[in-house]
Formats: sequence, C-alpha cells, structure tokens
Amino acid sequence: MSEVVTGKLTRKDFMSDQEVRWCPGCGDYAILAQMQKVLPELGVPREKLVFISGIGCAARFPYYMNAYGFHTIHGRAPAIATGLKVSRPDLHVWVVTGDGDGLSIGGNHLIHALRRNVGIKILLFNNRIYGLTKGQYSPTSELGKVTKSTPFGSLDYPLNPIEIALGAEATFVARTADVETKHEQEILKRAHEHQGSAFVEILQNCNIYNDGAWEPITNRATKADHQLVLEHGKPLIFGKNREKGIRLRSDMTPEIVTLGQGIDESQLLVHDVTNPSMAYILSRLGPNFPTPIGVFRTVKRMTYDEGANAQVETAKQRLGPGNLEAMLNRGDTWVVK
Amino acid sequence: MTTEAGTPPRSKVPKRHEELEEVVVRFAGDSGDGMQLAGMQFTNETAVAGSDLATLPDFPAEIRAPPGTLFGVSGFQINFSSHDIFTPGDNPDVLVMMNPAALKVNLRDLKPGGIIIADTAEFTENNLRKAGYATNPLEDGSLVKYQVFPLDITNMTLRAVEGLNLNTKVASRCKNFCALGLTSWLFTRPIEPTVRWIENRFKKNPELVEANIRALKTGYNFGETAEMFAVQYEVKPARLIPGKYRNITGTAATALGFLAAAERTGLPLFLGSYPITPASDILHEVANYKNFNVYTFQAEDEIAAVGAALGAAYGGAIGITTTSGPGMLLKQEMINLAVMAELPLIIADIQRAGPSTGMPTKTEQADLLMALYGRSSDSSVVILAPATPGECFFIAFEAVRIATKYMVPVIFMSDTNLTNGAEPWKIPNVSELPKIEVQFRTDPQGFQPYLRDPETLSRPWVRAGTPGLEHRIGGLEKEDITGNVSYDPENHEKMVRLRAEKVARIAMDIPPTDVRGGPSGKLLVIGWGGTYGSIVEAVERLRGQGKSVSHVHLRHLNPLPSDLKQIIRRFEKVLVPELNMGQLLKIIRAEYLVDAKGINKIQGQPFKVGELMEKIQEVLEE
Repeated sequence: MSEVVTGKLTRKDFMSDQEVRWCPGCGDYAILAQMQKVLPELGVPREKLVFISGIGCAARFPYYMNAYGFHTIHGRAPAIATGLKVSRPDLHVWVVTGDGDGLSIGGNHLIHALRRNVGIKILLFNNRIYGLTKGQYSPTSELGKVTKSTPFGSLDYPLNPIEIALGAEATFVARTADVETKHEQEILKRAHEHQGSAFVEILQNCNIYNDGAWEPITNRATKADHQLVLEHGKPLIFGKNREKGIRLRSDMTPEIVTLGQGIDESQLLVHDVTNPSMAYILSRLGPNFPTPIGVFRTVKRMTYDEGANAQVETAKQRLGPGNLEAMLNRGDTWVVK
Repeated sequence: MTTEAGTPPRSKVPKRHEELEEVVVRFAGDSGDGMQLAGMQFTNETAVAGSDLATLPDFPAEIRAPPGTLFGVSGFQINFSSHDIFTPGDNPDVLVMMNPAALKVNLRDLKPGGIIIADTAEFTENNLRKAGYATNPLEDGSLVKYQVFPLDITNMTLRAVEGLNLNTKVASRCKNFCALGLTSWLFTRPIEPTVRWIENRFKKNPELVEANIRALKTGYNFGETAEMFAVQYEVKPARLIPGKYRNITGTAATALGFLAAAERTGLPLFLGSYPITPASDILHEVANYKNFNVYTFQAEDEIAAVGAALGAAYGGAIGITTTSGPGMLLKQEMINLAVMAELPLIIADIQRAGPSTGMPTKTEQADLLMALYGRSSDSSVVILAPATPGECFFIAFEAVRIATKYMVPVIFMSDTNLTNGAEPWKIPNVSELPKIEVQFRTDPQGFQPYLRDPETLSRPWVRAGTPGLEHRIGGLEKEDITGNVSYDPENHEKMVRLRAEKVARIAMDIPPTDVRGGPSGKLLVIGWGGTYGSIVEAVERLRGQGKSVSHVHLRHLNPLPSDLKQIIRRFEKVLVPELNMGQLLKIIRAEYLVDAKGINKIQGQPFKVGELMEKIQEVLEE
C-alpha cells in the first residue's frame, strides 16, 4: 500500500492514492492541503498518525491522507479515538468532524472527550449546513435558515462551537478558517503541540449548499473589519488600519473603540490564553463585533490517557505484574480429593 | 417459644445431629437489610464446607425501597447438597425472614413442614399492615404446617453490640450477620470465612468489624446454646471432581475469563462500559486488575463504550464492552462497523427482562434475535452463551479466541441469574488453558488490508503505528483485497457473502456437541444459556423414570455446531425451553426444518424443575 519512507517527509508523502472527491471549490480542499503541508514540519513518522472521522463531507478526510485512517460512524469518532489514544498513547490521533457530526449527533462524545482532556486533536469543519445529505440546516445554522427541511425557516437557535468547547473545559480551543492558509497552518501546529485535547473550529465554505456563509469574515475585501486575530499578550486590535480595539466597560461588557483621541492601546483588553473569563468574553462577542480567530484558551491539565496509563503503572508497582495463577486462586479455596 | 434475646436458656440436652442430602435456604428482607450479602456469605461458607451449590439472588431494582413493602423485598436462595446439583432449587426448605413482607412474598414457595426463622422485632402493626396481614401470622396459628422459630433478631443484635460506639441505626444494620450466624449454625457451616470477610471489608472501621463479628457469633452461639433448636443439620461435602475449588459468581467468572484470555494473548485489555444493571459488576471486577495491562473506561454512554473498545481494538488491544439489553440496542451500529471493518470486538450482553427498561434485576433470555439480526443489512456476528456461572469463564475466554482469530465481533450472551448466581468452580490450570496466538501483520511486502487467510477468511490485524502499512478502513463497502471504497455491485455481493462465510466457517472450529442422555430417542430437548441447570435436572429425573429424553445445551449459537443437524435427525421430537417467546425455537425450525416445539416462560424467573418435567412429560405423551 505505502512504502516506508526515510529522511524528511514532504507534503506529497501525506497524499494518499485516492482521488479526492469533494465538490470543486469546497473549502475542504484548502484544509486538506494545509494539513499535508504542516505534517512534514512536525517530525511525526507517518505510521504514528491516525485520522479518525465520523460521517459527513469532512469525514472523507482520512481517505485522502497517507497515514492510518478510520472512517467510522456518525458522530462517534471522538469515542473511537479515545479508546485508541488511551491504549496507544504513542499515536498522534486526529479527529475530523463537522458541525452536524460533531455538534448534533455526536455532541455528547465531543463534550466528554474535551472534558476528559484525552490527547486527541479535534478539527470541526463548520460550514453551517448538512452538505452530504444535500442541504438541511445544521446546529450552527442561523435562526430562520430556509433549507429543504425548513422551507418556513429553522426554529432552533444555533450553537457556538467555541462556547461548547469552553463549557466542556477544553484545554485548547481555537478557531481558524479554510482560506486563512498561513493562520490555519499555525493553529494546526499549535494543536499538535498541545498536551491534551485540542479543539479547532475551522470556518469552512460549502459552495454548493451554503455559499458565502463566512463571507464578511473570510473575504479579503471585508475581513479586516470582521476578523479579530487573537495573539497571546497582545491587545485586541482590528480594522483595515488597525485603528479599532476592544475595551471592557465597567459592567464587564466589551465595546469597540477607535484608537486615538484619548484612547490608546493601554486601555484595550490584552489577550491571555490562560484566562477563562477572557476566553468566554471572546467566544460571545456578539453580532456587531468582529469574529475572533486564533487561540482562545490553552492551559495545561493532566490528560486522560496519561492518567489511565499512570494507573496501570501504579497498579503494577503496587500489586506486581499480573499473575494469572494467583488471580484465579484468589479468596477462599478448598481441595476435593 | 419466644426467648428473651441475648440470654438464651442453656440447652440441657445435647443437640441432635441430622444429616441431609440437599437443602434449599432462602433469605429475604427489605432491600436495605443486607440479604444479598448474607446470602453471598452463606454461599461462601457452604462452598468452603465442600457442598455443591447453586444460588438465585432475586432483588428489586430499587436500591433502598420503602421499608416493609412487598415490592421492596430482596431475596437470596441457595441450594446446597452432598451430590451434584444444577439449580437453586424450586422450593425452599428454610425461610429466613426479616419482616412480614418477606414472609408474605415467600411463604407460598416454602415446602410443607419447612422451617421459618422470623425477626419478631419487625412484625409490628405497621409492617403487618404494609404486608397485608390482618393478624400476626407468627401468632395467629396460620403457620401450623411449618416449623416456626420467631426470634427477636434485631434486639439480639443490639444487645450484642452494646458498649460499642454505634448509634441504634448502624447497630441494627448488623442484624443480617446475626441471622447469618444462626443459619450457619443450623446447617453446620463454618463462619471463619465470613469473619475474614468482615475483617477485610471493614478494615478501615474497627468498630464495624467488631460489631458485625459480634452479631455473627451471637446468632451462631444462640443456635448452639438456646433450647429453641433441637436439631443441627449437616450436609456432607459433595463428591465433586477432584481438584482445587473456589466459589465463583458468573460476574467474577466472566471478568476472569476476559482477563485470562487477554493475558494469554499478551495484549492489553480495554473494557469500555456504561453503568447498567446487571452488567456493571463486570466493569467493577475488571477495574481491580489494572496490573494486568487493563484499561477500564466508564464512557459517557453505551455507544461511546463500544466505540472506545473498537478504537482500542484498532490499536491492537483486546477491546471489550459489557452491557445489558437496552445498551445492546444502542451499540448495534458500532457492532456493524466492526463487522465491516473486520476488527475483533467482544460484546457481553447480560440479558435482563425487557423490552425497554423492563425489569432490570430480573432474568430473561430474549435478546437472541436482536444479537443475531438486530443490525442493518446482512451482518453476521458470532454468538456464544455460557450455561452456568463458572462456565462464564471459559466462554468469555472462547469469545476472545474467536474474535482475534477471525477478526470478527463476538457477542457473549449471559443473563441476570447467570451473572449473579454462584457455584463451586474447579480452578483451571493456567497451563491447560487454550492457546490464543495473535499475529499482527508487520510485513509491508504484498500487504493488502482485506487480503484474507484462505482457511479462516480473516483479514490481517494491523496495529496502527506499524511502519509501511498505513491504510484506511471504514464503514463504506470495501473492495475485496484492497479495502478501497467500492460501489461495484458484484463486489458488494461478494463481500457480504465473504463476511457471512467467515462466520459460518467457525463451525469447524468448535467442539462436537455433547448429548446428555441417549444419542437417539423419542425427544431431544435443546437449550441455551442459563436454563442449563433446570433442564439437566428435569431431563435426568425423567430419564431416571425410564423416559426417552436427551438434552443438548448450545454454547455456540452462531454459527450453530455443524453436527447439530445430524443429532436432531436422530430424535422423533424436539423441544426448546427458553425464557422468551421462542427465539432459539425459530432458529431451529428455520435451520433444520423440524417441527420443534417450545416451552416458554416470561416471568423474569428461571424455570422450575417441576414445571419443566411436567411440560416435557406432556410432549412425551402426545
């Protein structure tokens, strides 16, 4: 199937022999390309990489990666990835999911994988629509979305993936976008480096069923005013001329201010990836604010897989390595002659 | 007859000893009275004394049901004997009753002339009313055909623990040990194993150790010294096959079977589970053995539990999930993925009475058709079922062997009574356990993910992480050999048939079927699972009466043994007793075109030997 490669890997080494079958113009192509570009830089042997997905357009991702891949069932990829990572901590396990797969049918597994801080990397491709099933509204679709299944408009209020991840106490939470190639590569690298669960929402365009869903945020002409690039230790500044900033009012609500005329950077919020309140405020800035991209939060906490393996080691030290004979003969026994 | 508690009158005459061959004792009280514990300890004492035994715990789903109510009664029955026995017994000889509700619920089963030991302290007006008694049955003469021993067990216990720093509530909770002590004396059971158990269980609380041991000994000594009991009974050790024995529950045997099999393969064991009655105890048991390279994962739901087990199998571990009927339903989609991905996966379904939530603490064997057919499309899996608590060990072991050899999901079907029941178990010799050799594919030369072993049809097991073997698998239909996604019509048919054929061929890898009784004759009784004991006993008694009846008990339900067809042909009639509406019956009729009949009971209770004999007789006389 594939050959053992030695020496430095290149992007090509991570491309499988399968023809990519997403719709032409789909944002998934860009994400696949960034992943394949980043991987050679991480220095991880190809055989140690596993991509696990559920169901949906995004879930085809593993087929296109020359690594280990498991295309599983709808919404369950984090559960399968958890079993794999716990018993095989040597592997680098990535989960590829979408807004339907990860937040609707698989919402339960997503939040529990994150709260446990299993060392898996979860990429949630968010296109705010069900693509593979041909265009029904998703849990991230805006209220009132008119689709085939909701000709009179959807009635359910959308979820914000970043808030879900923060609410689940994820230790690494970030957002990037399909077209922001450099930014995306950077975020993927940081997700890889993070010890524990990493959650990355990738704003992705479905040009067939929900074209332009992220238009103002990702369009070159408008993004400067609609994108807030988060950097740890830096004040929150955006705008074509970096003239706007975000400040906290005394009632703890954020406001947009224009720099100059008595307002300088020192009054602005300074991003701190370890501050949970900061991450929370940034996750729900509201419709009149720019959309943050970058790392919202990253903190260190024991990972589930570390803990599970430590328990096995501790048990071996305390009880000695498993002795089948002794185990079977435990408790009260008697001999029949 | 009532004696003042704590100060038994001295016995002037030595106690008479009477030898019995077989005794059935049932303990019952409120679900918070510790009857299950008393029963388990009595079982252990009995096992150590060398009797053969079988048990039947029977308790409500409520953890602490309102005291004194009929629905809150928790019972534990044990049958022990100096000869081979197979069932917990149809009717008790002795009832140890902690309140009126327990008496009300259990009296109808007591044999005429049977013994009733009752805690008089609980026969209050209030409790009598709750149990629906207009007058106190211990005093109104309604129990004349039984031997009644009314005892203030509660007060005896309180007196015994006087001087310890315990409040009345905690102190009175020791009364189950007082009742146990008395019962132990009555049947000459050694209380030392229980003393050891108490010391270990409460080692962090010396007061409780002292209190429970005092209560136990008070009960025991009361039997010895009080004039109340003239006879002490004895049941001699059973003539079991020579060897070293221990008492084992189905739960423990299942856990040990999985552990032993994983240990033989040298691979880590990953158990993913979500708490569900009655399967949770397997998770609890396995979790104690992390030093055997064991991971236990309490998942967020049933789906994640089986998913994580499958993920672990993908990484080269023995992936197991444990559940009961309602959880099985949720796992079926993941089992189908394992069918498609052809990965080893073991699913233990500890069946309980359903449908839906049903009766969570009661037994049934009605998940067979779900296990066989409860997945979308044509999806073959292997199904195994142990027949006795101790056999759970060997069948769990066999499940791991088959799953890893054939790269296939195996469903292990136990049930509530099998898992909670106990029996003396001849401890197997580790060196005599079957070999399980797992070989991971590591050679990239000529590797194809779905290139099959020509004999077993199993595909190679590749641990993720193996250099040069990177490949992709998933739930989409696979192209034969390459494993690439394929929508080719002929390929799909070929793959569906290959997956089925792989399972079918396992029939060649299972032992010949054992026929109990004559190899041919008038009637063949075919059973499976936990009904074994009742069927064996019924069939043997009928054979003793000269009836032409034999018994086959299936451990392999899919594939069925290849010799079953010939065995069936040698009998005029076939009868299939099941604790369901006739599920194996349907399979037998369909597979062998035989006009088999069923005996079916759907009460959450096991077959009684008597009722089986009656039904079998009817068929024999038709």
